[in-house]
Amino acid sequence: MLFQSHMSKGFGLVFSFILMLVCMGLSVVLGYTDTTIGDAITAFTTNNTQENAYIVIRNHRLPRALIATCVGASLGVAGVLMQALTRNPLASPGIFGVNAGASFFVVLAVSFSQTLPLGMLSWVSFIGAAFAAGLVYFIGALGKEGLTPVRLTLAGAAIAGLFSSFTQGILVLNEKALDEVLFWLAGSVQGRSMDDLVDIFPYILVAWILAFFISRHINILTMGEDVATGLGQKTAWIKALAGIIIVLLAGGSVAIAGPIGFIGIVVPHFARSLVGYDQRWLIPYCGVLGAVLLTAADISARYVIMPEEVPVGIMTAIIGTPFFIYIARKGLKST
Amino acid sequence: MSKYIPFRTKRDRISFFFDKKSIKYTSILIIVTLLLCLASTSLGQVLISPLEVIQILLGSGEGGNAYIVEILRLPRILIALFVGIGLAVSGAILQGMIRNPLASPDIIGITSGGSVAVVTFLTIFSNENDALTVSIHWQPVAAFIGAMVIGLIVYVLSLKSGTTPIRLVLIGIGLATLMDALTNLFMILGPIYRAADANLWLTGSVYGTNWDQVKVIIPAIVGLIILALLIARRINVQELGDELASGVGSHIQRDRLLFIVVSTALAGVSVSVAGGIGFVGLMAPHIARRLVGASYGALIPISALIGGILVVGADLIGRTLFLPIEVPAGVFTATIGAPYFIYLLFKK
Repeated sequence: MLFQSHMSKGFGLVFSFILMLVCMGLSVVLGYTDTTIGDAITAFTTNNTQENAYIVIRNHRLPRALIATCVGASLGVAGVLMQALTRNPLASPGIFGVNAGASFFVVLAVSFSQTLPLGMLSWVSFIGAAFAAGLVYFIGALGKEGLTPVRLTLAGAAIAGLFSSFTQGILVLNEKALDEVLFWLAGSVQGRSMDDLVDIFPYILVAWILAFFISRHINILTMGEDVATGLGQKTAWIKALAGIIIVLLAGGSVAIAGPIGFIGIVVPHFARSLVGYDQRWLIPYCGVLGAVLLTAADISARYVIMPEEVPVGIMTAIIGTPFFIYIARKGLKST
Repeated sequence: MSKYIPFRTKRDRISFFFDKKSIKYTSILIIVTLLLCLASTSLGQVLISPLEVIQILLGSGEGGNAYIVEILRLPRILIALFVGIGLAVSGAILQGMIRNPLASPDIIGITSGGSVAVVTFLTIFSNENDALTVSIHWQPVAAFIGAMVIGLIVYVLSLKSGTTPIRLVLIGIGLATLMDALTNLFMILGPIYRAADANLWLTGSVYGTNWDQVKVIIPAIVGLIILALLIARRINVQELGDELASGVGSHIQRDRLLFIVVSTALAGVSVSVAGGIGFVGLMAPHIARRLVGASYGALIPISALIGGILVVGADLIGRTLFLPIEVPAGVFTATIGAPYFIYLLFKK
């Protein structure tokens, strides 16, 4: 690991935080409509609602930057918790079928009711995420071998396969629904309003705080079930609590931005190479770095095929897959 | 009475055993398959009696019903049958090689490779008016190439002084996710009805297939199955584990490449006409294994028949259950397949 002392870890975190703010700033300034930092400052200090730059920055770019930050942070934290909980370096919301489950529930809801308000959709996607995560965990843990990384990954892939096949089946029968949800299905932070974020933010915030508070207990849990029980930990409670946090974070993210994969895999690995295995440092690092990665991916998504945009979920998949393969090749020994 | 019937040529050049149990099951399954195909030809929006179907097949029918049977239903059923056979055998080979009962061509990304190729094809060869600039008949070719390329990429990436089964599966799953993302990208960039086209294909359907496709798929699948039967012995050996297999003189890595190629080609051909019909490659070999045990000589024909029955059945249900709406066959194979998968995890 790069940072050895608490001092350097602290500095690293502050530096990452500043980097995150810079990325947010860039996300507000950069894009198809040419704006400068001056424009951004004017947009925030004055109230000139007629100005083009004002509208672009206040109504489009700012929500987008904030959403990318929150979703990125949530996915990073969800990923590190999942990896600790399952002792599987490849665990993440995407691989676990959480995204596919949420997508299926959303598509089902949209095709049954055309007039569903967006606030409801968030709940639907929450339920879908929780359902799929629970199902995969339950299935993976069945049997004598218990929860091995490979079984969990396979269970996730199968459940994801089931849900996406249902999703496609519904979309085949209902072309109108396809039109509405296709962009959401690819995962994107574009075209969301501030309200979408405000609806979900309280849950995400609670989950962040809880994650920080149970980090100590997660440290003990990663030593192994037997050791943790021996040290007097109520492992079932900690696992259940961590599970709820994961569902809140992953479900909340997918509700706002649609399925965005690989942040939950890439970020924890990178963070571990910086600060080692102490969850008390890992969790905040993963949050901040996840935000940096998703905001950066979102900015680059605007430039790849300008004037059109690539949904950010596709950008993260392109960045993340080589990383995933690298880990798979390296072996599954380490957590 | 012996369990096996021996078969020998003169001077014992070629000799093998026929397992009596597998002969029994093979004949039962062939009869079931034929009956199911007959039922599937009779049922639909227009009901045609099985007797009339047989008359038409023997060449004495005429009129509207003959058209329905010969042009609309028969090619579709044959395609469903052979797609099922291809996927099932592909899955059987993969499971033997990976020694993990949960592997199948759709889980390790071969199907997704075909999907990306199809949406790429639809996007690249469209002009400004969204009309295709080349014949739609190239679509299966694109799917086949896509599946083969991904199969080989998965294999190459999992190489590291040879490949291990687990690494192969994990890398397959990772690549499948990337392929799904790319599929989504192309669907978003294209016009919406194009996306609807692609989506039908992605779910897996034998809707609107014709005799031209039948003429391509049957020789391809039959040829590959014969090849699969020839290498069945080697799969048996590999199932013993790497150490034992090399101990008895098997070229593990070379055989593994061979299995990948045959299995990917089978899945590629099937995917190229019918799209991503999921879980057949997973289920069929399992059911077969319960019937006749793990010896690949018997396992391959039995899995093939079960795979055929599954897809023909799924297509029949999808066609008739919600008339006049047609539900793609892939939805039904997933509906049966996923619970079966869970059951497998339960049992182990």
